[in-house]
Amino acid sequence: MITFDRVSVRYADADSSTLDQVSLQLPEGDLCLVIGATGSGKSTLLGAINGLVPHFTGGTLGGRVVVDGWDTALHRPRDMAEVVGYVGQDPLRGFVTDTVEDEIAYGMEQLGIDPVAMRKRVEETLDLLGIADLRRRPLTELSGGQQQRVAIASVLAAQPRVLVLDEPTSALDPTAAQDVLSAIATLVHEVGLTVVLAEHRLERVMQAADSMIWLPGDGSAVHGNPREVLAAASITPPLAALARAVGWTEVPLSVREARRRALAEGLLPTPPTPPVAETAPIVLRATDVEVRFGDVTAVRGVDLELRAGSVKALMGRNGAGKSSLLWALQGALTCAGHIEIDGIDPRGLGAAKARRLVTLVPQTAADLLYLATVGAECDQADRESDAPAGTTAGLLAELGIQLPPDRDPRDLSEGQRLALVLAIQLAAGPRVLLLDEPTRGLDYRSKAELHCIVDRLAARGMAVLISTHDVEFAALASRGTLLMADGELIAEGRTADLLTSSPAYAPQMSKVFAPIPVLTPDDVARGLR
Amino acid sequence: MATEGTTTLTTLHPWAWWCWAIGIGIAVSGTTNPLLLALIATAMVVVVMLRRSSAPWARSVKAYLLLSLFVIGMRVFFQVAIGSGSGDTVLFTLPEILLPHWAAGIRLGGAVTAEGLVRTLYDALRLAVMLLCIGAANALANPRRALRSVPAALYEASVAVVVALSVAPQLIESAQRVRRARRLRGESAKGLGVLSTVAMPVLSDAIERSISLAAGMESRGFARTRGLPIRGALPLMLASVLLSVLGLFLLLSSSWWLLASSLLVTGLLGTAWGFHRAGRALRVTAHRPDSWGWRETLVAASGVGAAVLVLGLGWLDPSGGALHPSTDPLQWPDLTIAMLVVTALTLAPLLPTRARPLQTVPSVRHDTRVRSLRPQVAPELASR
Repeated sequence: MITFDRVSVRYADADSSTLDQVSLQLPEGDLCLVIGATGSGKSTLLGAINGLVPHFTGGTLGGRVVVDGWDTALHRPRDMAEVVGYVGQDPLRGFVTDTVEDEIAYGMEQLGIDPVAMRKRVEETLDLLGIADLRRRPLTELSGGQQQRVAIASVLAAQPRVLVLDEPTSALDPTAAQDVLSAIATLVHEVGLTVVLAEHRLERVMQAADSMIWLPGDGSAVHGNPREVLAAASITPPLAALARAVGWTEVPLSVREARRRALAEGLLPTPPTPPVAETAPIVLRATDVEVRFGDVTAVRGVDLELRAGSVKALMGRNGAGKSSLLWALQGALTCAGHIEIDGIDPRGLGAAKARRLVTLVPQTAADLLYLATVGAECDQADRESDAPAGTTAGLLAELGIQLPPDRDPRDLSEGQRLALVLAIQLAAGPRVLLLDEPTRGLDYRSKAELHCIVDRLAARGMAVLISTHDVEFAALASRGTLLMADGELIAEGRTADLLTSSPAYAPQMSKVFAPIPVLTPDDVARGLR
Repeated sequence: MATEGTTTLTTLHPWAWWCWAIGIGIAVSGTTNPLLLALIATAMVVVVMLRRSSAPWARSVKAYLLLSLFVIGMRVFFQVAIGSGSGDTVLFTLPEILLPHWAAGIRLGGAVTAEGLVRTLYDALRLAVMLLCIGAANALANPRRALRSVPAALYEASVAVVVALSVAPQLIESAQRVRRARRLRGESAKGLGVLSTVAMPVLSDAIERSISLAAGMESRGFARTRGLPIRGALPLMLASVLLSVLGLFLLLSSSWWLLASSLLVTGLLGTAWGFHRAGRALRVTAHRPDSWGWRETLVAASGVGAAVLVLGLGWLDPSGGALHPSTDPLQWPDLTIAMLVVTALTLAPLLPTRARPLQTVPSVRHDTRVRSLRPQVAPELASR
């Protein structure tokens, strides 16, 4: 269906080719997963399938990409639209119209399809993705999972044979991500589409994959059976890490597979010893916090305590009030209730003083950056925090991230940008650090680095609260977990107890070895020793 | 859902609303009678309140009301401060600032007369109600749908406007987000500095948004049914437009009405033909094209009727009369039967249309107001 014949892609200002002599063939009806670290060329590979690379993005293409007999060198992406449906990273940004039905019809209008046939196809597509009841809703009022399904529907309506998806679940909570993935699975199994999908978080997707393409980052591509590709790849989802820890040559793709094998081999890791009760002093104490937007209550009656040196995860659905709570705790959002950090209320202090008590790294960390170079940002941060010159640059080095001072912050990778913002915020010397969804867009290595950074900060006595959808990261980085639903704090406790008790939030290791409470591959490795 | 399905039946063709609103606007331009203006404005607001949808653009009517009040306020203020004191009924006298003789004709302060004030008020009211007409059309007709019904030759231009319409609120949203994020860094920049620190991320965000939108449109086949431009269509259209402008000018300013009207007709025909030729190159189809039925005709006719009625009255009685009540000497404005008919015509669209059922948003979490306040819905910058 899709043939890459010695394909090379090189962008004008790049030192080396992003893709170098890549040859591979994807048969019809495959679900192929593209994996690789940030910047390894996943988006380039996906864009090459419908000709966006190089027609739209620029750069030079060597070799041939042929999809269903169409050569992308000879056809523009707009002509490929009826063969390849392409869904970009952020669906909201690609929407052209304002309601669900119009958006789905848009592609067909452009192809000049007869209105009667179009009406029928719109209905079929709405049903196929289970969004018929959303048909007249404005696109901006949909949740992330619904938007993603509408985006998929809008390219499907033109009836392409291939569907290309760039990180469809990276911004979604676990349940919404599951919705989208099951919709994709239906398309593969019931409709017979060929699907190519790039993803950072492989836990949930990899079991559905028929084949896998690993981009090591040097321009080459490894294509093959997911079990073998994962065993070799530097990308380590929890099951691959487990396979490595216990010495399996083939990586199990699903929890079921891993569990059967672990049972057959009689693997019984000893659970990690539960940590002793925390005795460190309480740094942040909030009681009865309530955030209202007009007549909508986003956070209601939340009581919260953070101890020095503790790391807590804040979990819950999209829109459960996690971000609002974090912004309120920082004092940047008007809220009712009582908040004190070392006995001082950050809300009465003003922005410049509040950030010396408690600092927040927002979800779009890049919003904090506005200067032309990393060095200028660091100097500016020193001045803002009245810190001696070089403090921020020093912090950055301490976080273990080496950034040349003359780099433009917008050219950094997601992980590097996060580290820079973190260093800027830490220059103020706060007691409490709040991280809003920091793992979004991070690959496994950057996540491991972030975990080390958080650990180091906690060891220095800082209290850290991380809101996240990523259960594996929460299991790795936090000791305590708070669960929010509909603006209320519904559960609080040790991460090990809280996560393992719910199927949606249980990390994969705890499912593999249930009822033994192990959370991460490291726990397993240690328990088996 | 059944209840949502019925909403399309009550959706009128957007140009019907525009036709109605423009008609009323023309009628308004032909009168300064405050009673009539007040009646039309009230009728307009009633129609908007009863027939608007829950969509974002429908909330714009409040902004237009405020703008109208602002216009009235400004006009009255300037009349009081630097008005010329015509009339004899002095209401009060402001301290007058004497200007040098080269500024003769301009007066700061001085006597404020009832006649001058009332005349300004009438004039300002007329402008305000005309603004309200535009606001009403905006609130009742989806601007995007209105643009979908333009001639095919203007398709590209309409797409550009649609994209601009969707980018504007997103820009405001990202400006708010960045502004709030800046507080986390302690708001070290002051004054104009703030502007530059906010502008940088907002602009780079806007550019990346536009690029992703363009990529989305490209990969969904935008512009692929465009044929080659037809040779000679553009010069022909330009010539036709010039002819019609010349014809219109002659018609209004000279007595050669035969020549003028033939020029005008030729020009209009040429333009229409040019549009038709240019439009044939485009083979985009429309999903649920807006249809024009008897309801649309009625709504549009009520606007046209009001315009014809007021302009006709003005033509029959050029001396002013009821449509332009005298302000010097001051007179209580009259209300005639014809004016009540104009008001009734303004209210007429209530008859052929029905109120839309209230659409409920299942979860308040996805309400647009909350979304703009919450930072978490902001999409991340595209990673590369």
